[in-house]
Amino acid sequence: MSTTPPIPEHQLPESHYLNVGYGAGIKSWVLTTDHKRIALLYLASVTVFFFIGGVFATMIRIHLLTPEGALVTPETYNKLFTMHGVAMIFFFLIPSIPAVLGNFLIPIMIGAKDLAFPKINLLSWYIYVIGGCFVLYSFSTGGLDTGWTFYTPLSSIYSNSAVTPAVIGIFINGFSSILTGLNFIVTIHTMRAPGMTWFRLPLFAWAHYATSLVMILGTPVVAITLLLAGLERMFHLGFFNPAMGGDPILFQHLFWFYSHPAVYIMILPAMGVVSEIIPTFARKPIFGYSFIAASSIAIAVIGFLVWAHHLFVTGMSAYSALAFSFLSYLVAIPSAVKVFNWTATLYKGSISWDAPMLYALGFIGLFTIGGLTGLFLACLGIDMHVHDTYFVIAHFHYIMVGGAVMGYVGGLHFWWPKITGRLYSGPLAKFAAIVLFIGFNLTFFPQFILGYLGMPRRYHSYPPEFQVLNVLSTAGASILAVGYLLPMFYLIWSMRYGKIAGPNPWPATGLEWKTDSPPPTENFHVTPVVDWDPYDYRNRPDLGLVAGGTPLAPAHGDD
Amino acid sequence: MHRTGELYGQFQTLEQQKESSTLGMWIFLVTEVLFFGGMFLTYTINRHEYFTAFGVGSNTLDIKLGTINTAVLIMSSLTMAMAVWSAQVGKKPWVTRFLVLTLVLGSVFLGIKVVEYKQKFDHHLIPGRSFDVWYLVNNTKPETEAEKNQLEAEREELHKATLTDPDIQSHAQLYFSLYFAMTGLHALHMIVGAGLLIWLIRVSLRGRFTPEYNTPVENIGLYWHFVDIVWIYLFPLLYLIDRHR
Repeated sequence: MSTTPPIPEHQLPESHYLNVGYGAGIKSWVLTTDHKRIALLYLASVTVFFFIGGVFATMIRIHLLTPEGALVTPETYNKLFTMHGVAMIFFFLIPSIPAVLGNFLIPIMIGAKDLAFPKINLLSWYIYVIGGCFVLYSFSTGGLDTGWTFYTPLSSIYSNSAVTPAVIGIFINGFSSILTGLNFIVTIHTMRAPGMTWFRLPLFAWAHYATSLVMILGTPVVAITLLLAGLERMFHLGFFNPAMGGDPILFQHLFWFYSHPAVYIMILPAMGVVSEIIPTFARKPIFGYSFIAASSIAIAVIGFLVWAHHLFVTGMSAYSALAFSFLSYLVAIPSAVKVFNWTATLYKGSISWDAPMLYALGFIGLFTIGGLTGLFLACLGIDMHVHDTYFVIAHFHYIMVGGAVMGYVGGLHFWWPKITGRLYSGPLAKFAAIVLFIGFNLTFFPQFILGYLGMPRRYHSYPPEFQVLNVLSTAGASILAVGYLLPMFYLIWSMRYGKIAGPNPWPATGLEWKTDSPPPTENFHVTPVVDWDPYDYRNRPDLGLVAGGTPLAPAHGDD
Repeated sequence: MHRTGELYGQFQTLEQQKESSTLGMWIFLVTEVLFFGGMFLTYTINRHEYFTAFGVGSNTLDIKLGTINTAVLIMSSLTMAMAVWSAQVGKKPWVTRFLVLTLVLGSVFLGIKVVEYKQKFDHHLIPGRSFDVWYLVNNTKPETEAEKNQLEAEREELHKATLTDPDIQSHAQLYFSLYFAMTGLHALHMIVGAGLLIWLIRVSLRGRFTPEYNTPVENIGLYWHFVDIVWIYLFPLLYLIDRHR
């Protein structure tokens, strides 16, 4: 059952955040403190890094077409996978959803005029750009071959690549993340509109609150760790250098204390996106609101207690391995709570298959596979066998690409009409979503098998019997690339030629859909007063949701 | 966003603005705790592993200068607190005076730190090729009997330490790596604090801080106290770990 709301003809608002200060040109962008414009600055810059990382990924996949390696020397191969990881993780995945969609939406969703600290918000973008320049300098003057994990003493003593500028760049970039997290937490605490209580917050905001906790508590630790490793490299100190009595395993502990929770920086916002999309296109209140909200916080908290599962093969004590294995399993509980609640929301919903919904459904499936294979890795016995194999690669790409990037692209599609005020071509977007899904699975599913058969990660060559699966994976990667390039074209096309969207095209119930598209600079013409529950899709004749007198599905599907 | 008086456009009321900036400052301090925390952990693990070498390194520090610096810094925290109080009760000229006093004390601290660093350079205690824990013992010419005895005692100590930890050269370098990293980062925070104080003094001279609006003084005060507290931990951990003479 699908209810089509009546679509009136819309016009763009006369004045909105995109055309304010039009005469001031570039200055009105690089000196803006408007969170919506800063979000677009971030959108442009993370896209640049996504393509840089994507080029490295393409070269990796082409190289692995033949067992002996088709494209580059072993040394260059080391640099390719390292730079792919650094560009994608630190400069695309971590800022993607929070700094682009979160930045744009959080103030609007809670009914504020801006974030609590608009200037700090702009500062965080500049910090990101400066950090990015250092890393690009490293990439272009010798590259980086340590692996994105910068394990010492390889990174601090022995590597002959441009480690120092890369470490400085990532150190600097960390502060961008910290400031974004700080801004979100303060904003959600103090800037909510009248009536916007904690349990009326959109789940997107809850997810970003949890993400911000990880950002402010984890990022300083990796900052000091990389600083110490960098000092060690620059001044020949010995914190992590076994030759001087330092402890390289300590580096790994400190590094993963941030870098494991960093996975939750990537996935939690994507979960927030999915929690917005699912009820909108199922036209039903979300199932288990408070459980989804609480599970975000639970993931952030438990996420801090699992880092040493990356170190199971370092010879750590069996007892601590046992404890970390158990704690790693625990993360599955709040993650599963979310998946079950989304599924329950779909049950008896009036589902429509718009592009954002396809991405969200893709997310649920891929995240579930990624999450369940994570449990294999948390299991001590299995981890001994598949540690540092392509099984791990496939697992975390299912989480990061299948989960986080799907969520990001889905979110872009969902809020694109709000951001630009225009609609993109629906059929083309659905086609792209399906291409992306097929390409992704074809790329990474074979890697599960490869890893299980024993192909180690980070090797530039492999035994001939692995070739078929590697060729499949490369073929999938080229389909995946098409899936990423398509939205680039039609989204940009829609900015100029797309149909005018109107304030609430889907329609959805969030506060962000109550203002113009694109919103005015101060977000709302009048400060909104919230007197309804979130995701209240049952009683919204104003949205056309009871059009034709057809009753909508009940909230819990059971009454 | 436009600003009306002291109220920035994104806020509805001054209370909301104050609440936001204070919460923001506390969250920032939490990130600072974790930032220093990584280093304190590195310190703890290495000191546990190489206590003898850390004791040797610690004993080369100038305890007199360290103690004076601790007192100076605690005094500066007092004057900072007085500046905040003066702003809250509306004693405008005293805000400026106490801020200047805090800045002076902070600069004294940094000056003494420079003297201490210089000593370490002179004594070949900078990690690197010319690092030598024996340098002082081998290259000092005692002039009085007391100095000679002192030197002999130190030589004796070093010999004993070498017996328990044969690679004391490397491990003492670890101590000094941490000493410079920790005190260096602390000093960097002091320099940032001094910069903030200069800005505060300029604003205060214009009489902007009133009982209604004094959040910048309060928040920078919080930062200053935090930097102070870090030193309160650094002092015993670096200077006092194995003092028995």
